[in-house]
Amino acid sequence: MYRYDAIDAAILADRAAEFRDQVSRRLSGELTEDQFKPLRLMNGLYLQLHAYMLRVAIPYGVLSADQLRRLAFIARRFDKGFGHFTTRTNIQFNWIKLEDAPDILDSLAEVGLHAVQTSGNCIRNTTADPYAGATAEEIDDPRVWSEAIRQWSTLHPEFTYLPRKFKIAVTAAPKDRTAAKVHDIGLKLRRSRDGELGFEVMVGGGMGRTPYLGQTIREHLPARHLLSYLTAILRTYNRLGRRDNIYKARIKILVASLGADAFGREVEAEWAQLDHASIDLPDLELARIRADFNRLAFQDLPPVSAALNAAKAADPSLARFVRNNVSAHKIAGYGIVNISLKAPGDVPGDCTADQMDAIAALADAYGSGEIRVTHAQNLVLPHVKLDDVAAVHAGLKKVGLATANIDLASDIIACPGLDFCALANARAIPIAQAIATRFADPSIAEAVGELKIKISGCINACGHHHVGHIGILGVDKKGEEFYQLTLGGSGAEDASLGDVLGPALPFDRVAPSVDQLVDVYLRERSPGERFLDTYRRLGLTPFKAAVYAEAI
Amino acid sequence: MPKLYKIAGDQVVARDDPFVTLADDEAAPDSLSAVILSFARFQKEGELFLSQGVQVGVRLEPDEPVEGLAYDLPRLALVALAFPKFRDGRAYSAAALLRERYAFGGEVRAVGDVLRDQALPMLRCGFDAFEPADGATVEDWDRALHRFRHVYQAAADRRLPAFAERARASGIGTPG
Repeated sequence: MYRYDAIDAAILADRAAEFRDQVSRRLSGELTEDQFKPLRLMNGLYLQLHAYMLRVAIPYGVLSADQLRRLAFIARRFDKGFGHFTTRTNIQFNWIKLEDAPDILDSLAEVGLHAVQTSGNCIRNTTADPYAGATAEEIDDPRVWSEAIRQWSTLHPEFTYLPRKFKIAVTAAPKDRTAAKVHDIGLKLRRSRDGELGFEVMVGGGMGRTPYLGQTIREHLPARHLLSYLTAILRTYNRLGRRDNIYKARIKILVASLGADAFGREVEAEWAQLDHASIDLPDLELARIRADFNRLAFQDLPPVSAALNAAKAADPSLARFVRNNVSAHKIAGYGIVNISLKAPGDVPGDCTADQMDAIAALADAYGSGEIRVTHAQNLVLPHVKLDDVAAVHAGLKKVGLATANIDLASDIIACPGLDFCALANARAIPIAQAIATRFADPSIAEAVGELKIKISGCINACGHHHVGHIGILGVDKKGEEFYQLTLGGSGAEDASLGDVLGPALPFDRVAPSVDQLVDVYLRERSPGERFLDTYRRLGLTPFKAAVYAEAI
Repeated sequence: MPKLYKIAGDQVVARDDPFVTLADDEAAPDSLSAVILSFARFQKEGELFLSQGVQVGVRLEPDEPVEGLAYDLPRLALVALAFPKFRDGRAYSAAALLRERYAFGGEVRAVGDVLRDQALPMLRCGFDAFEPADGATVEDWDRALHRFRHVYQAAADRRLPAFAERARASGIGTPG
């Protein structure tokens, strides 16, 4: 993975020192809360319901084992012994004291971690494919370009006070594991007919109260011009984006109001006038970054592991784990191991300090010391020998992390909801727990197959409910928690926004209704169809009839 | 005299402000050597002030595009860019355009809600004068401007970005 050089390290250290000074000025009263708020947000500090939350950036979801151990240390020393991985591949600590924040940031900086621009109206951490460098399907390694974006966007002088937050995703494979189309900018690596590497540039996607899918404004941008083109998009947005209404300030509203064509023309006109050579990284710098990501030495192994096959035959739980959690690797004899943070009954995305240490140890022993975070709030060991998968499985089992449910009904995305968040209308975590418990029997979940359930506790849609195969949105009805269900959403390469099923349901009806929806699917599905496919073929009617039959 | 901080070489210095900011409905005093006008007043009376040998600056609000001044820039001594709130970041783009696209060589001044915590991005985008709205001293501003030993992007301040520093250190090629 990319190793910070002296320049990267100095920038982090200087930033930590700057924030230490700002915190002390806030504590002494020299800075008002109004003046301090954007500064602390841009350093990851968010004021939640009970305490400060610190959101630590995990650049494009890539962590070293040492970094994960440091996160475990932070969780123990400054929080309640756990952290929460987010849908943007960051980690949040929910119980932080303001006066501890500078020490935490210093400690993070020692291992090349930081909280720079994890909140606030600026360019946030870039999301990339968690299988980068491991899947045979990718056009090019998205981490190289994500690291280029990290450097360009860090403390960018012109784009630090944008109308609103700004999120970029980079995907490089036909299967989109980044939800690129619901980002402010989605970048899809591609090759043109003559073989030139480039990006399809999609702009204006997003969720929240007015969800949009990103629209393509450039079919093929030569890859070397990525940063100058991003500069043109950001400058256009910084100048023209609305600032009078926080709910209309995201770029998606600007793109929708101008139309994607007109917005694209503004960007192209701006881009034509920029000095590309001063902005775009020289080939040698890109090559330097790329070399850092290519230092792994893979061994020559047979494509099939006799050891793993024998172990699977002896242990059905291992066989299930391999079926659901291990994906194909580009190198024969290796696999990509997914670690589910969705044990039924637990909080989606939560990870204890002991679990972090255990994963770090497994990564060192069997996974080239590297861990990835996925936008579905799970973790990945990207390079594991198939011969070692049984040992990894056993190690995960010891710390309660061997749940074999990747992309199944119990692999739920949920926001923190009313249990933690000041904005929420309703609880999200207990709903996730209630649904997951119903699919706790792995054979049931496996029989249902891929089913992405996503839960948000309010209209801000942090739980991505718009793009859930089944989406669940918490709403407030006269002081009571109700939940609106949507069907047919997807954040993947076949992206779509879900359709509202019907009137919102009370808390107790949600999990049983999911059961009813699944029953309709199991009854109606054609061979090979996922829940999403059956829904797309049949539409709302049979599903609606099942859930609202009792009420009629 | 309102407080004015200027960039002089590599330092921040406090200076007296030679410019008088005239409100749109305010009559010009008899002896006037340098004036800052709104864009609207400049369009009406700029010619008159210039013909009298007065140094003229124009204050742009964030919704007034710098493109509107392009034709007049060579005649202007100063462009003041307003920050109605420090969180309103449009003036950063305006300053960058003035320096990079129009090669404006006069003073680019930050006015309004101007705080030292925004000093560095302002400097990097091309501001070289500030009317500070906080109680921060020249020393505070100087510290804020020199806080970071390296930067990642090329900008109007012409600092060498990290990628060019690396190229120079490796001795391969010269930065563009």
